[in-house]
Amino acid sequence: MRGYLLFVAKRALQLLAVVIVGITAMFFISHLSPVNPVEAVLGRMTARSNSSPEAIAAMRAALTDMYGLDRPLFEQFVSFWQRLVVGDFGPSLLAWPTPTMEIVGRALPWTAGLLTVTTIFNWIVGNLFGGLAGYYQNSRILKVFGVVTMGLQPIPAYIAAFIILIVFGFVWPVLPISGGFAMNVRPGWSFEFVGSILLHATLPALSLVLVGIGSWFLGMRALVSNIVTEDYVTYAELAGVRKPRIVFSYVLRNAAVPQLTALAMVLGLIFSGTVIVENVFNYPGLGSLLVDAVNAGDYSLVLAVGSVSIFAVAVAIFVVDLLHPILDPRVRTE
Amino acid sequence: MFAVLRDLFRYNIEFAIGASLFGIVVIFALLSFLAPADPTLIYVAPPDMPPSWQYWFGTNSRGQDLFWNLSASFRNTLMFGVTVAVISRLISIVVGLAAGYLGGWVDRALMFFNDIFVALPVFPILVMFYFVMRSDLNSFTLALIMGCLGWPFDARLIRSVALGLKQREFTRQAVFAGMSPLKIMLEEHLPYVMPIVFATALANMLWSIGLEVTLAVLGFTNINNPTVGTALYWANSHSALVVGVWWWIVIPVVLIVALFIGMFLLAVSMNEYIDPRSRLRRMGV
Repeated sequence: MRGYLLFVAKRALQLLAVVIVGITAMFFISHLSPVNPVEAVLGRMTARSNSSPEAIAAMRAALTDMYGLDRPLFEQFVSFWQRLVVGDFGPSLLAWPTPTMEIVGRALPWTAGLLTVTTIFNWIVGNLFGGLAGYYQNSRILKVFGVVTMGLQPIPAYIAAFIILIVFGFVWPVLPISGGFAMNVRPGWSFEFVGSILLHATLPALSLVLVGIGSWFLGMRALVSNIVTEDYVTYAELAGVRKPRIVFSYVLRNAAVPQLTALAMVLGLIFSGTVIVENVFNYPGLGSLLVDAVNAGDYSLVLAVGSVSIFAVAVAIFVVDLLHPILDPRVRTE
Repeated sequence: MFAVLRDLFRYNIEFAIGASLFGIVVIFALLSFLAPADPTLIYVAPPDMPPSWQYWFGTNSRGQDLFWNLSASFRNTLMFGVTVAVISRLISIVVGLAAGYLGGWVDRALMFFNDIFVALPVFPILVMFYFVMRSDLNSFTLALIMGCLGWPFDARLIRSVALGLKQREFTRQAVFAGMSPLKIMLEEHLPYVMPIVFATALANMLWSIGLEVTLAVLGFTNINNPTVGTALYWANSHSALVVGVWWWIVIPVVLIVALFIGMFLLAVSMNEYIDPRSRLRRMGV
């Protein structure tokens, strides 16, 4: 138990480091750039209006004060963190004066839901089939599955989502291709609303499964095809241990440990993929929000979405790491 | 070298397919040096012509000959991928070899940063860069940024190999012979990790080109620079599919998929070749 606590403490420290470094990087990218955010925002706000020079000067003063750009960089950095720990990123310019965190909070559940369901599905199903393909190397169905994933796996998330959009949007329009739920359904815990959410999530989820499942399949197949030549597996076979027991308790369980480590390592990549898929299908999550914020020139919203996604990915990695002792008893006892 | 390639072609179907697909795309990209017109110019050909003998890939709504336009796009994209791969390989070699051979607090410190970089989601950071730099974010700046973000996976891999090399006889001998740590790392250990460097370079190119396509499709790069992503961006912004200019979308998508599958199969077969166990199994020994 003490070993496990030490393990958790180490991982928590790591979580903290990732969040601090990542968000600090976001802050300095936004501040050390040659472009003044106030001027950028001002340029966008005044581009389609005919404000008087005095009004523009007043806006410039107000914005400079809001961002605190007249103070030294270090002071700005400190106050940025002071506001951040209470979750305050300032008001959004896209939806003035709604607090940015409120908008991010509305988008976060969509992304989290989509990402959690598809990632868990991909990991379990991909590893299961990959493990079986590695163990039963002569199975024809699993070989075909392997060739198909080899062809699908390298396609970037954007292209895969785009092809699915073309197929189900133009060629065979059976599923909704845009939005998170139907416009005419009232949000709430009704059967209709949940059904609408599931229906709208189908295509984004399908894209994420297509691009994500292959790497687990191929990785697990490679791992298992090395494990089956190990002496302990041969010994178990000779000793007459039943096949399902060999496959699940002897082979798959051992191979699952490095795959769980891999899951923690690629969560950042998976997140980037989700962001893109959301954008293709107009899904109301963080990805669409990020793109809208950039296009609208909403400085605080971009910073907020970026920081929250760094935090969310770090927490997800932490949670995956905590699952390690379930699979690997060595972590528990050491 | 030649014998290795021949063996790979003979015994490894993935390598044969991957090399062919990748080769076709590279040759296509190299043709851009023969292009009759600057690919950034618009309205140099009649717009919206379907593929024909005169315009092999048709022309787009911006009056560009798609064949030459895409050829230049693929050249720029491949150059971008190679630039990112070179920068990130240099960082990962330095970090990996130093952490593996020097060990101790150097190892702990480097791996601490390594684990942080692994966990950072790259896409929001790149979007932040675009947001503050806008059209100043050209291909090379983007490549530099992505090179500085794309090394941690491979640094860890190189470190694990360097850890093994450190225990080998020849390393101990080199130490007793008075070689400096720097010399041991560069002259004794570097040749052993080079195969990994090349195999991971392909995987890294897949990653960086994929992200570049994504950023460009959203319009988050310099959209006047012809790349694979901006080709799709312009096709989307002219609603190519809706108005029936399908070749503007279909041809680049087919070529991108060919490029990605080709590079992926090359990376997989190189990885397999590096591991002697799986190489022998494939050759049926």
